[in-house]
Amino acid sequence: MTDVAADTAANTTGGRTRGADPRVRVPYALFVPAAIGVLFLILPIAGLLIRTPWHQLPSLISSPDVRTALRLSLETATAATAIAIVVGVPIAWVLARLEFRGRALLRALITLPLVLPPVAGGIALLLAYGRRGVVGSEILRVFGVSLPFTTAAVVVAETFVAMPFLIVSVEGSLRGVDVRYDHAAATLGASRLFTFVHVTLPMLGPGIAAGAVLCWARALGEFGATITFAGSYPGTTQTMPLQVYLALQDNPDAAIALSLVLLVVSVAILAGLRDRWLRA
Amino acid sequence: MNRNAAAVVVSTVIVALGLAGCSSSKKAASSPSSAAPAATSTPATSASAVAPSTGTSSAPAAASSSAPASSAPAAVETPSISGTVVVFAASSLMATFTSLATNFEQAHPGVKVVPSYGGSDTLAAQITQGAPVDVFAAASTTTMGTVTKAGDGVATPTVFAKNQLEIAVSPSNPDHIASLADVTKSGVKLALCAATVPCGAAATKAFAAAKLTPHPVTLEQDVASVLTKVELGEVDAGIVYQTDVKSAGSKVAGVNFAEAASAINTYPIVVVKTGKNLVAGQEFLNYVVSPAGQQILQAAGFQQP
Repeated sequence: MTDVAADTAANTTGGRTRGADPRVRVPYALFVPAAIGVLFLILPIAGLLIRTPWHQLPSLISSPDVRTALRLSLETATAATAIAIVVGVPIAWVLARLEFRGRALLRALITLPLVLPPVAGGIALLLAYGRRGVVGSEILRVFGVSLPFTTAAVVVAETFVAMPFLIVSVEGSLRGVDVRYDHAAATLGASRLFTFVHVTLPMLGPGIAAGAVLCWARALGEFGATITFAGSYPGTTQTMPLQVYLALQDNPDAAIALSLVLLVVSVAILAGLRDRWLRA
Repeated sequence: MNRNAAAVVVSTVIVALGLAGCSSSKKAASSPSSAAPAATSTPATSASAVAPSTGTSSAPAAASSSAPASSAPAAVETPSISGTVVVFAASSLMATFTSLATNFEQAHPGVKVVPSYGGSDTLAAQITQGAPVDVFAAASTTTMGTVTKAGDGVATPTVFAKNQLEIAVSPSNPDHIASLADVTKSGVKLALCAATVPCGAAATKAFAAAKLTPHPVTLEQDVASVLTKVELGEVDAGIVYQTDVKSAGSKVAGVNFAEAASAINTYPIVVVKTGKNLVAGQEFLNYVVSPAGQQILQAAGFQQP
């Protein structure tokens, strides 16, 4: 089956120059670095599985602390993803469909959290939305609430770090959607919002789903910005990654068990995305 | 296709074997090379200002003589040392160890001290995982215990300082915090160290002694993070060390409390086996416990061991 695919690929791409060659020619020297790379990526996971204290595993991951942290992680990651979809899809539309001065700059600013070290992101969040922050002090004055050290702060930190993944993914999908569908809808009398909701959005579905899963996974693993901006307190702000880190200090076995839980969740995500990526 | 798959499997196995071979040969080679500097060390020509202590306090002298790496030369003259000394130190030692490192480098040209600071428990975990560290200074004997129990200490750790807890608040102390009971009031946002970190363990002890239950908003990974949250004004109070309040200068105010006396931290220091420069590491340890080193520590607010 793969051979057929390879043949097709060879015929279509190499057809111009050497249509007669049915097989991809394999540069065997590439296998050595590829194998080193594969090992490098797989061995840590193998190490985690080998060192997992399987006998204690049920007791380690069924403790109330772990359940609390896992639930907090799942809830905050989901909330962050929901916010990212509501806010991020429109941003992606603006970036993909509008031509305006400073678009490149806007895109750079929006994707900055992608490359910014999360701890630096956390400090930036404190300075903006903290109790003495630029915006946070006003919020405290007007509404009497302060964000840091609350579960909401975890969601804010996760959204800040994870939303760019969704924006980038959705923008890419939008560029793949033919804009003439929008034009056709307009000629048929559809309003702009109606066109977006009923024409653009349905075609964007898979792109949004992929972006949302990436965003969710990134939010689930968020550590640096969370511990800096939201602190670490069991039940309120101590998510799974924070608990893994804390457990590593006094109970390495628990840290391994918790890492395994996060690994299982990640594998489940990959399995969910297999149609999109693994068979690409 | 089958041929390709076979090639991948074969090359993977070859690489795996190669890696395994590399690591084992490296392991075999590493033990003689780490012993080499000790054998080749010759007496130094320069009489340095930070020469090891000879008869100051009994504990440091005992530790330096019991250390195998430098027992012969250290007693007489400073051994010629070079290279990099990697020092892991508790977060609360940041200010003092940075200046101790600078002084040590000046006294020993060619030596570079690379300090790394963090929660004592984090550092201890890294050492037991094999981090190449020459000297470890912890903020509690319990944390040091995890390193010595794992067999990573070269000798018995030496206690070189003591430190007492203090409440750090905003400079103007807007909540009028005057006692440990005040930080447990509702409406006062309190930051503590996690119980696994020495400052957290000491705080737990102090609250127990005062028969109070704290309601912190966050449990930080090291004392520096607690101090930062107070400095930024994100919390109203944090339990830190007296030395932290002193080093923060005008950015925070300190409030002493009676129960701190029942939760005094002792700071042990040890040369670590995982290090690559144990001779220079021992020399740095000697400097920390020497009168010159003690002077710097006590100027920063640390108490005598």
